[in-house]
Amino acid sequence: MLHRILKSTFIIISLMTLVFSSHVWAEETYKIGGLFSVTGRASFLGDPEKKSMEMVVDMINKNGGIDGRMLEAVIYDTEGDPTKAVMGVSKLINKDQVIAIIGPSTTPTTLAVLPFAEKSKTPIISCAAGNKITTPVNPWVFKTAQSDILAVSAIYEHMKKQNIKNIGILTVSDAFGESGRQQLEEQAASFGLTIVQADKFGGKDTDMTAQLTKIRKAEPDAIVCWGTNPGPAVIAKNIKQLDIKIPLYQSHGVASPKFIELAEEAADGIYLPTGKILVADLLPEDDIQKPVLAEYIKQYNEKYKVPVSGFGGYAYDAVNILAKALKGTGGDKEKLRQNIENMTNHTGVSGTFNFSPSEHNGLAPDAFVMVQIKNGTWELIK
Amino acid sequence: MQEFLQYLFSGMTNGAIYAVIAVGFSMLYNSTDLINFAHGEFVMLGALGLVTLWKTAGLPLPAAFILTVMGVAGAGLLFERLAIRTVSKPHPIVLVIITVGASIFLRGIAMLVWGKDSHSVPPFSQHNPIDIMGAKLLAQSVWIFCIVLSVVILLWFFYQKSLTGKAMQATAISKRAAWLTGIPAEKMVLLAFIMSTGMGAVAGIIIAPVTMCSYDMGTMLGLKGFCAAMLGGIGSLWGALIGGFLLGILEALGVGFFSSAIKDAIAFVLLLLILYFRPGGIIKSTDASRF
Repeated sequence: MLHRILKSTFIIISLMTLVFSSHVWAEETYKIGGLFSVTGRASFLGDPEKKSMEMVVDMINKNGGIDGRMLEAVIYDTEGDPTKAVMGVSKLINKDQVIAIIGPSTTPTTLAVLPFAEKSKTPIISCAAGNKITTPVNPWVFKTAQSDILAVSAIYEHMKKQNIKNIGILTVSDAFGESGRQQLEEQAASFGLTIVQADKFGGKDTDMTAQLTKIRKAEPDAIVCWGTNPGPAVIAKNIKQLDIKIPLYQSHGVASPKFIELAEEAADGIYLPTGKILVADLLPEDDIQKPVLAEYIKQYNEKYKVPVSGFGGYAYDAVNILAKALKGTGGDKEKLRQNIENMTNHTGVSGTFNFSPSEHNGLAPDAFVMVQIKNGTWELIK
Repeated sequence: MQEFLQYLFSGMTNGAIYAVIAVGFSMLYNSTDLINFAHGEFVMLGALGLVTLWKTAGLPLPAAFILTVMGVAGAGLLFERLAIRTVSKPHPIVLVIITVGASIFLRGIAMLVWGKDSHSVPPFSQHNPIDIMGAKLLAQSVWIFCIVLSVVILLWFFYQKSLTGKAMQATAISKRAAWLTGIPAEKMVLLAFIMSTGMGAVAGIIIAPVTMCSYDMGTMLGLKGFCAAMLGGIGSLWGALIGGFLLGILEALGVGFFSSAIKDAIAFVLLLLILYFRPGGIIKSTDASRF
């Protein structure tokens, strides 16, 4: 009995110390929240994003913080699941009382948490690509990942040069694929393209030959596949197996070395739009992003000893933008929001950001370059 | 015609895999009255085991195949000994929930061991696809058909001709009566676990070159296999085979002639229909009403 009382006393005391100490911390630091899909299917996005966020926060703190106050990152794992993202956002807002949120990593999770950020008037900088996140503009919502609008324009621009007229599209049946499909359909006409066959595939499907057969029957000049790993790699393999000889375009969702590893020889010849990070060393010297990219890649490699992926940069940019906007606000969320909205000419990893009240992504089409996979590596298309 | 054949090939390849998974479900259900919802995870272990042994460790394919199946069957043995046998009041619901727990546990372990990324392995042989009236039949599909057929024939012989197989069937019909006639019923249950999880591993191995392998691939495959088993009539070997192929082919035709959005819905709509109109499945197993 005595033992039990002692034990519970101990627990209560330690809990109180915990609560007390975190209260003291809150006075001195700026708490910023992170929501990333660190595990689960979209971990290829969330994992580098979490690492990048921690890296920038460390770096800022090492250089004396912001207006003398340190940053403290509170990061929760969404597992790529909208339900868990909503739980995470409530914790960040109510329990941790963060002043801003970076993330989530994917379009479905971002769309799920938006109402909460807006209700609590907390600025949120998403790392997801979906176009629906910032159109229509929500005053509290920003994003750093290149929109699929820009990715689709980059692909269509390239197709126009190749004299392609009819295309077949194959999109994954989740929010990323839906958003991509919508853009592909909306922009096709302005580039003189006709979508002759549109099909979908499930993110966990094991074989897409049925969909591809259907597309082949419609005789398009090229196929556009819109999805994130591993589905597009299966499609690349299936296309080789079915001996379909028309060009295959993939989305920026697979722009990582992992895709080449998964698709193996089938990756050869595939075109895709990507942020410049993937081809940083191939860029011309006068590219304004080149020094930023080099700095990010160097820091990341030194700290984590793993190669960078294109996705960590979204969080890197988001934290840097937030840090810049945080200066002089004293932690006022409305001021912080206005500072982000008025930020122009911020050169980041994903492009040059020019925010405005009507533009909360701030990137221009030059944020994307087209690459082709050749002999297991990327080649820049001029 | 060319399209139809291509859909058929695609459906048969997937169907063969569903069939092996369904056979694993059926076998275990037969001997233990238990639906093992962790079965899909054993499929995943088979696929990822092959990735490690064949691609990473560089063993020859037959050795990697056999070692993977043995390893996964060993995991099945441990699963039975540690999680199922130790339950003091083995009510079916309790056991089913334990298998659900085991599936989450195995997924977590696999995520730690193999990481969160997908892995891929090359096909078993580097033959070009076979051209049949313009439709392409992949060499890997031929491998899958051959392996599935030989596994099913072997199993059939085992049940019909060998004493152990007959003892297993006897245990399935009545554990107590089998025990009275001197059949070590406990051992038969253990053997059923080993064989069922081994079948799961086979499914995982043959599907590995077709798709991408990741720690969370098992859930959907397990569900599809379960649908196939229910469709054919759970407890019946031939039922599982028919259910698997039927499901695979209907899925591919559904995608081809209607919409690719309905692919996963087909399996579950079929499952509902069959449970409503013919709960015993297409081949009505004699004792499917035991639950």
